This record gives sequence, C-alpha cells and structure tokens, in this order.
Amino acid sequence: MTKRILTVDDSKTMLDMLAFTLKGAGYEVLQAENGQEGLDVLAKEGHVDVIISDINMPVMGGITFIKNVRQNAAYNATPILILTTESSAAKKQEGREAGATGWIVKPFDPQKLLAVVQKVSPDF
Amino acid sequence: MDELQQFKQTFFQECEELLGDLEGNLMSMESGDFDVETLHAAFRAIHSIKGGAGAFGFERLVNFAHTFETVLDLMREDKVPADEDNVAVMLRSGDVITDLVRAAQSEEDLEPGYETETAKELAVLAQAGGAEVDDMSGADDAGDDFDDEIDGLDFNPVPAGGDESGGGTDEAQGADLSKPMESFKIRFVPTTEMLQRANEPLLLIRELKQTGNLRVTCDLKALPQLGEMDANSAYLAWEFDLDTRQGREAIDDIFEFVEGDCDLKITNLSEEGAAAEASAEPEPVVEESAPVPTAPKEKPAEEPKAEQPPAAAPKPKPAAAPKEDAGGAPAKKAAPAASAIRVDVDKVDKLVNMVGELVITQAMLDMQSGMIPSDEYPELISGLEELAQHTRELQDSVMAIRAQPVKSVFARMPRLVREVAAKVNKKVTLKTVGENTEIDKTVIEQLGDPLTHMIRNAIDHGLEPPDEREAQGKPKEGIIVLSAEHRGGRILIEIKDDGRGINREKVLAKAIERGVVSEGAQLSDEEIDNLVFQPGFSTADEVTDLSGRGVGMDVVVRNIQNLGGRVNIRSTPGEGSTFSLTLPLTLAVLDGMVVRVGTETYVLPLANIIESLRPLAQDIHSVMGEGDVLKIRGEYIQLVYLHRHFRIPDGIANPSKGLVVIVETEGGSMVGLVVDEIVGQQQVVIKSLEENFGAIQGVAGATILGTGKVALILDVAGLKAMSDKERKGRSPKEIPASVPAAAIASSPQ
Repeated sequence: MTKRILTVDDSKTMLDMLAFTLKGAGYEVLQAENGQEGLDVLAKEGHVDVIISDINMPVMGGITFIKNVRQNAAYNATPILILTTESSAAKKQEGREAGATGWIVKPFDPQKLLAVVQKVSPDF
Repeated sequence: MDELQQFKQTFFQECEELLGDLEGNLMSMESGDFDVETLHAAFRAIHSIKGGAGAFGFERLVNFAHTFETVLDLMREDKVPADEDNVAVMLRSGDVITDLVRAAQSEEDLEPGYETETAKELAVLAQAGGAEVDDMSGADDAGDDFDDEIDGLDFNPVPAGGDESGGGTDEAQGADLSKPMESFKIRFVPTTEMLQRANEPLLLIRELKQTGNLRVTCDLKALPQLGEMDANSAYLAWEFDLDTRQGREAIDDIFEFVEGDCDLKITNLSEEGAAAEASAEPEPVVEESAPVPTAPKEKPAEEPKAEQPPAAAPKPKPAAAPKEDAGGAPAKKAAPAASAIRVDVDKVDKLVNMVGELVITQAMLDMQSGMIPSDEYPELISGLEELAQHTRELQDSVMAIRAQPVKSVFARMPRLVREVAAKVNKKVTLKTVGENTEIDKTVIEQLGDPLTHMIRNAIDHGLEPPDEREAQGKPKEGIIVLSAEHRGGRILIEIKDDGRGINREKVLAKAIERGVVSEGAQLSDEEIDNLVFQPGFSTADEVTDLSGRGVGMDVVVRNIQNLGGRVNIRSTPGEGSTFSLTLPLTLAVLDGMVVRVGTETYVLPLANIIESLRPLAQDIHSVMGEGDVLKIRGEYIQLVYLHRHFRIPDGIANPSKGLVVIVETEGGSMVGLVVDEIVGQQQVVIKSLEENFGAIQGVAGATILGTGKVALILDVAGLKAMSDKERKGRSPKEIPASVPAAAIASSPQ
C-alpha cells in the first residue's frame, strides 16, 4: 500500500521540492501551508504514515501543530519529522517536547530525506 | 533537470513575494509602526528564502540569509532591540538580500564581498544579542550536529538478518578509517513517552546496527502476562554490544531524539576506566525491573520527581518514574497541565450562545410564573426562582471564561511609547493602571490598534517638546496614563496625557475648512474636541511620519464602534487630554430596563440609566427652535420623545402624563427619554441587529423578551446624537455621531 506523507511548510518552493522527492520515491504526498491547514488536511484525510513539518509558519506554527496532532490518539504512532533551518538546542528540545519524532535540517539532501523517512516508517 | 528549473522558477517567484512582504515589514519597522507580528513575518520571509536557497545551492544567499535570520530571531525575542539604528541595518540587509536574490536568478554573480560589510553589521548585532556561536556560521555548519545523525545512516540496504558485515559503514560519510574500532556496551530502556513520540526502538536498533557490529539482547523481565499488558506501554529493555569505528558521537546521535525518553547507558569498554560514565552502576543490570531504572543515567543531572506529561499520558503503572531531559533542560511538561486546558474558541462561543438562549427561556418562565397565583404552586415558584439564580451564575461563569486581563495588550505599549518618543524627540513616561482588568477575548484582540494609534497621537500631538514643557513649568517628561477599569457595566479604557490639550481654534477652523462644520455653528467645547474623530482630520502643520497621515482616527473609532464601544475625548488646553474608550463588558448579555411606548416595547441599558420620574408640567420648558427641556435640580436636560422618534402613534406625548427616564451617555451628557411606562427590569440577551438586518442609529441591538416578543435595545448616545441633529438642523455628518449614521427605521419590528 502506498505510504502517505503530509508535508507542511509555508514555502511553496519547499512543498514542491518535498513532493518531487517523495513522489519520486513512490510516496503519496499531501500538502498544507501552515499548521492549521495541516490539521484540516489530517481531519479530512485521516491516516498518514509520516508527517513532515516546518516550524516557522504563519497562522499556526509547527510546534503548535505538532502538539495538536499529538493530542489525537489516532496519530500516536505517526512519526513527525521537523524540517527546518533552525538548529539550536532549545528549538530541538521544544520540538521534542511537542512530540516530534525527529528533526531534519534544511536544506535537505533528497537522499538523506528519503533515508530518514524510510528510517522512521519502515516497511515491516 | 527540467523539474529543477521549474522549482527554481517557483522559488524566485516566491522570493519576489517574500521580498515584497519583507519590504513592507521593514518599512513598518522604520516608522515605528510595528509589533512582534511584523518581526515574525519578517523572520519567516528570510527563513523561507534561506530554505529554498539552500536547496539550490546559492551559497552566498544562504549564508547572508542565515545571519539576517538570526538577527531577526533575536529581535522578535526582544534580545536585540528594534531601535532606529538596528532597523537601519535591517533595511540595508533587506536591500542586500534582494540584490543577492536577483543575482542568483540572473545567474550573474555580484562582485565578491558585496555583502560582507552588511553581513558584519548583522554579525555584531547577533553577537550582542547573544546568539550561540554555531548559529553564526552558515547553514552548512549549523547542519553539522544533525548531519552526523543522518550520516550515521548507511544507504546500502542491510539484510534484516543482521549479519556481521556491519553494513559497510566505513563508507558512511564522516567515518574515518583511521579511527579506531571501539567497543561499547549500551543499555537501552525506552519509556512509554518515547513510544508516544512515535519513536520506534526497532528503528534505533537498526541504526545502531549500521554503525558497526551489533549484538543484541532483550530483557524481558518487566513483561507482564498478556492479560495485564497495556498495548501502549513500554516493557522491554535491551542490551547492545557494539563494535564501531564511528565513535561515541555516532551512538549519541542515534539516540539523540530519544534521550529524554529512555534510560540510556553507554559504556565505552575500550576506554580505560570508562571515565565518561560518572556513576557506578549496580552490576547485574539485568535484574532491575525495567522500565524503572534505579541507576542514575550517565549524565549527572537532577532526578526530578515523577513528572507526568500533559494530557497524552496513558495509564502506565507509575513506572515511568524519574526521567530527565537531555542537557538538563527543565521539563516544562508538567506545569501547565493542572491549571489550564486549551479549548477551542468556537466551543466557548457555542457555550455562550446556548447560555444566552437559556436566559431567554428562563425569563419567559419567570414571566409565566408571575401569572400563577403564588399560593397554588409554591414549590414551582420557588423552583423557578432558584432557576433564575442558577442561570445568572451560569451566565457569569461562562462570560468569565472568555475574559482575559488587558495586560496582554497593555504589554506592548511601553515599547511603543519609547520608540515614538524617541522618534519625535520627546520625553515620555507611561503609567499603566488596571492591567488585570478582564475583558472579553475578542475585544482584547481588537484593542491593539486603537490603543496604539491613540498613544501615538498623544505623544506626537498632545505632548509638548521638553523645552516647551519646561517653559510652562511642567516637568520635562510628559506623562501618559493608560488605564482600564470596569465602570457601569462597561469597560472604560483611558489614555490621559498631560500635554497641551486640543487646540480648539485650530480644530474648529480646520473643520470649517473641510466643510465638516458650517460657519457660525455653535459647538460646545466637548463637541469641538470630538471633531478630531472625523475622517481625514489632522491638524498637524506638516504631516509627521507617525500619525499625521490623516488616516487613522476615524478608522480607530469605527473599529471600536463595531465592537459596540464608543470613543470620546475630553481636553483642557494647556493641561492635557483624555481619550476614553468604552466597551461593553460582555458582548452578549445586558441588564436592561424594559419600557413601553404606545404598543411598542424597548429596552434601555440599565448602566446608562440615572433615574426616572414623572415630571411636573411646570418643569417642562420649550426652548425656541430647540425642543423641550426638563428642568431638574437646577439643570436643563434635553427631552427626547421616543414616540416621535420611532413614529409610534399612540405614545404618550405629554411627559407629565408619562415618564421621563434620564439616561447618561458615556461622554457624560444626559438626555431625558419620554416613555409611557416602565415595564420592568430584566436581563436580556443581545441579538445583533447589524448582522441580521443593518446598522440603525439609536438602536444597539434586539432581544426577545420573556413574552416572546421582540424588543429593540436602544442606544442612548445614538439617540442623543439624532436628537441634537434635529434640534439644531445641522446635517448628520457635522455631529460626531457615536453610532454610524443610517436611515432611521420607520417602525421597529
């Protein structure tokens, strides 16, 4: 079954590139431009296998978005990767406390991105 | 690559937009007309540009953007002030980054060092703001911490059989063949929290395997019987024996994300004395019942008492005891959980609405119960009385949910004052009073702009420059007092300055010039003062940067009015001015006095009512060309005949045969409303007329009475305004209308 990945980022360029990389590897990609939209997409689409989210977005940022997702038991086992250029320890901690599974730094190497996605959502 | 080109195009398009937004934000910062949202937006713009640029390898752009972004980040956290000089640096940086983007797009490089000087300025700011050193480097360096984690991955698929080849990790990036092979013993005990973050132990084990030679033992000691198992809990513990060249860092990186969510002990067997591990651990580790490790982690840190993570905590046996977070960062998890819940605003609104309906129904029951002979159903009646009490309490509680202290809005003001004062070279102190006054959330959100505007106004126009003040014997520093209080069922917010007051001649002259007021019109002082709220009004001789743009005051007023509030100004020349803003305390419910005029019923806000009386005929006087007034205690109060106003044919025309209800507007002026009789006092739920019909001057809303009939809620100030207009025959726009002028309804529903 095709894996679904939700990508949340306020940069269209970033969404396009993520889509390109992920689709090229056979994933189905859902998109949202900020945390609120991300929640809307989840509400509508239900199951996703991985969530990749930026931190700095208007309307609802990544940290809040992740906290919200984690409040929903349906996504308990869904890995959430933060994709961001921020790299301070404090931000990492914040991300983790919000419930993030992992962290990827932008700019990403497509191969690395795929590897991390594969790593957190392997085919068992 | 065709797609790459397409992405680039998208990217540059996006950059255009972002740069446009950035420009706007920087301009706002320059004029001092900005708040933390502006900084957030500016940060996001650079952040996005940097992200995309990195993807395409635009090194110079990335590096510059990184420093720029760092400074913006510090600014929005108030670690670097957004003062004039710094904002100038921001503006220059904005220009530079625009040039860099253009260069990237056209693929023509700018001369080397083009951005160096500005970058240096940014670097200075960043360091002053305390940026971590590694933040200062370009994105590539910042990635190092994490690249290792990712580098630890080997991209050659390793068969799950876990063979000894170690996945050929020596080829993994960053691996150094000259590094020695080391042996580690790792004990790994995940907690339930780790699983909650969707971190899978299996995946971590796989990663470990890819760093070298791995042998795994699983400790099943804590695994309960199937029947007692909680599917969401963690019961397993593992021991790993790992031989790897990649060193301790690689292992740390693998566990980086889960460090705080598990018990982890890494021992480097190759090192003599294993100095890294501070504590002595009881040897037969396997005997401990996981996941309650009694052995402290190798990192020396405090052991906090068991902290439960918020809401998402499942029901594991309190085995999830002392865990610590990485780097000793105090877990903020526990704190808020007990004292607050996050609730959707929509849910609260729904609740408020439902309670409103409940109030209406209860009022109706109340009314019906009044018709039952009180001795026939005593319990029913007392039951209904109790119901009334409970409903009232329920209503108060629900309204209180939405109320928040004004502090959040007031908090922005000191900085605003500093910046504006600096800009116009005046000395100003801001005092705030009543920060904890609570106001409905929606109202608070709307308060920011009006307050900002009025404070700016006060500083820019109201206060005199220090020298002038000194000459007048005033202290050099002007004082602005910002206060909030509950008054008469409404919120009163005042901005009081001790400046020069309103120059009435100038204002009047300007008003006449603008045709807002006709020549020779007689206006009271208060009326002249309130002319400043007219659109396009500015008496600044030159348009100053800040508030003299002529756009603003009327917008401010309109925004407040949309909330059901009013703006008013009082001024004493030479001594200062006071802007008053009143807002309804609750947007939904009102204590009202129900009055009857002919066959129609109206509701007057109790808060506005001073008194009511049946006047003697001799106290009613007719003033030539002005209508009737009531003489009371030496004062003359305008009379407003509601039956005339609303064209009700059978209303009582003679005040001495009916009642006069004396009401006061927020501005303090009084009017006597002539009605037939007072029906009673009642709490009513306000239904918006504007939403469902349209704005009507003199009418604040509508409600459904206990009888089931609809009654209009009157707006006292609006009525007064209309009456004034009729009296003096001026055209509507000359009077500072407190409610947007609209056609008078010919007859109320």
